[in-house]
Amino acid sequence: MAAYLDNAATTPMRPEAVEAMLPFLGERFGNPSGAHALAREARKALDEAREMVAGCLGAEPGEVVFTGGGTEADNLAVTGAHSARPGGVVYTAVEHHAVLHAAAALGGTVAPVRADGVVDLDRLAGLLAPGITVVSVMLANNEVGTIQPLDRVAALVRDRAPGAVLHTDAVQAFQWLDVATAAAGCDLVAVSGHKFGGPKGVGALVVRAGVALRPIIHGGGQERDRRSGTHNVGGIVAMAAAMRATVAERAEVGRRVGALRDRLADGLLAAVPDSAETGDRRLKIAGNCHLSFAGVEAESLLMLLDAAGVYASAGSACASGAVDPSHVLTAMGMSRLQAAGSLRLSLGRTTSEADVELALATIPPAVARLRAL
Amino acid sequence: MSGGVDSSVAAALLVEQGHHVSGVTLRLWDNTGDSGCCSVAEIDDARRVADQVGIDHWVWTFAEEFEARVVAPYAAAHAGGLTPNPCIECNRHLKFGRLLQRARQLGFDAVATGHHARVRDDGAGRVRLLRGADRAKDQSYVLYVLGQDTLSRCLFPVGEMTKDEVRSRAAAMALRTAAKPDSQDVCFVTTGGGRASFLAPRIDLHPGRVVDTAGATIGRVDAVELVTVGQRKGLGTGGGGARYALSVDPATGTVVAGDLGELHTDRVELGELAWTAGPVEGPACVAGTHQPACVAGTHQVQAQSSAHGPAVDATVEGATVRFARPQRRVAPGQSVVLYCGDEVLGGGIAR
Repeated sequence: MAAYLDNAATTPMRPEAVEAMLPFLGERFGNPSGAHALAREARKALDEAREMVAGCLGAEPGEVVFTGGGTEADNLAVTGAHSARPGGVVYTAVEHHAVLHAAAALGGTVAPVRADGVVDLDRLAGLLAPGITVVSVMLANNEVGTIQPLDRVAALVRDRAPGAVLHTDAVQAFQWLDVATAAAGCDLVAVSGHKFGGPKGVGALVVRAGVALRPIIHGGGQERDRRSGTHNVGGIVAMAAAMRATVAERAEVGRRVGALRDRLADGLLAAVPDSAETGDRRLKIAGNCHLSFAGVEAESLLMLLDAAGVYASAGSACASGAVDPSHVLTAMGMSRLQAAGSLRLSLGRTTSEADVELALATIPPAVARLRAL
Repeated sequence: MSGGVDSSVAAALLVEQGHHVSGVTLRLWDNTGDSGCCSVAEIDDARRVADQVGIDHWVWTFAEEFEARVVAPYAAAHAGGLTPNPCIECNRHLKFGRLLQRARQLGFDAVATGHHARVRDDGAGRVRLLRGADRAKDQSYVLYVLGQDTLSRCLFPVGEMTKDEVRSRAAAMALRTAAKPDSQDVCFVTTGGGRASFLAPRIDLHPGRVVDTAGATIGRVDAVELVTVGQRKGLGTGGGGARYALSVDPATGTVVAGDLGELHTDRVELGELAWTAGPVEGPACVAGTHQPACVAGTHQVQAQSSAHGPAVDATVEGATVRFARPQRRVAPGQSVVLYCGDEVLGGGIAR
């Protein structure tokens, strides 16, 4: 038996999404840009998916741009908005690399966060000025789960940088939060299908009407000239199905998983000496359990957990598969040593009590073993 | 598993022998490029070989330790006019230090690498370190720092094979690394840029004077920190006979140069002595109260001051190694490794 506690990395596909996708891998293979019955059939599926996604994100169908995933959506938002209206870029220190590296490439300025991972609003306010054209603040963090106060951020942006567009990376948030409400004050909103039971390789960016955006991928002019490339119809349809199912169950899943998370976090904090929880749990999404164990190397801990069938993560995985020191933890003021002993257990819709029990039975002895030598 | 052919075959052989094996690639260096040591391409090769032989594969990041234990001392040694060998420090502190320590924490019995060297139990409670069977590819020189505690937990599966055998074995198993070229010497110094471009951002390089043994200026160098004792080219001494660097003093920015005769010496003083199976004294490696007999039965101690030799007859007198016949002097910072036949007795760093 294995306990999958890496839902922030990816989630198992929902049966509804698999079922919705399959016809488009088979007989319904048409290109929605074509001019015949098979194409029209695909076009219809695409339009329906777009309406569904728009409804789930609090947007108009015309405001939804389908992309090849969350990273592309973030890149399109930051780079595309800056390209349309060049100027200053401001982003938080805890953004996902998709925003972090895109914004850094544009010479952006980093807004620091507090020790609990929440953006420092005073410092952010100090960075906002009329010359700023793009501001990017994520909704929920992928490593520590902290939720950012987007309504207050939006008010600051309107007040101090009225010409700027506000982008939010809602990739980790969608499973847990009502993004339509939470991101209502944002001009750009990015989501990724596989973080909530959809397939990998498909995402969406909400671009509110009137927001100037230049494409970063050029070609046939699909998605109203905002994102070229033949539509991933099956992926889009499946993402839409996963979205609808997620929204329908969101409150219930959040309550159930939140209780499991509390039991896991409290149990580990009680069972492992010199352990600490990262951030303030009241400000986190329900699926995130982020802990640090003094004197333990996460790379070693992950190996022991893997062998015992507990699948977790540490830091942020890099291209080589190594564990890099986390920029998020560093930004929160955590020492390198403490950061090196950090473990992220991310629960999801399919997490069971048995998963939590296995983790509770496995992690304390594994930490003790690593500390013994 | 570096992603090279030797460690690939080593892993495959261990699996064949019935060991429970996990592959580990060390990420020592933040190589964001797509080639060379620690690059994603090399790690991918290691991972795919691990898949082929059916073992788990892990990437362990020891970049901070590598910087602190290998790279920073390497730069500092150059700043002091020495010619360090970073591979030896990497073996001492990383591959057979941190890696072995973590492996033991995780419950593994031993660490195996693709080094061309052999370990042998002498039947008297000690593990002996021997040259690789392929004398031309022998890598025992860089392993002299391993003591009994470490050697008893080391395996060198390809040490009994020639490089050709390793390659044909890899080809027979269809390992994707079978035809890869041998790795470069110092992993973090690129072939193109060389030492100068690596060191320039890390230490101050100073132009210097080249003087003869009487103190007269005979040439100039761009960076005294890059001069190696024994070096002939690049001293700017112009005509006359060949001149070799005899000593380097960054404090005064001076390189003393002399002819081949002046380069020769009959001894070298060592620091940081390390012994594989116990200290050795004298010209012969014989059983006694102070030292273990060599396993080869050759008994004549030999000293080797570069990775691939030659090894010359020598006598050990405490921290002094006296050569049977004068040799070119050993650049301070380089390791002198003591052998008895094929056995590595130990060694130290030339002062």
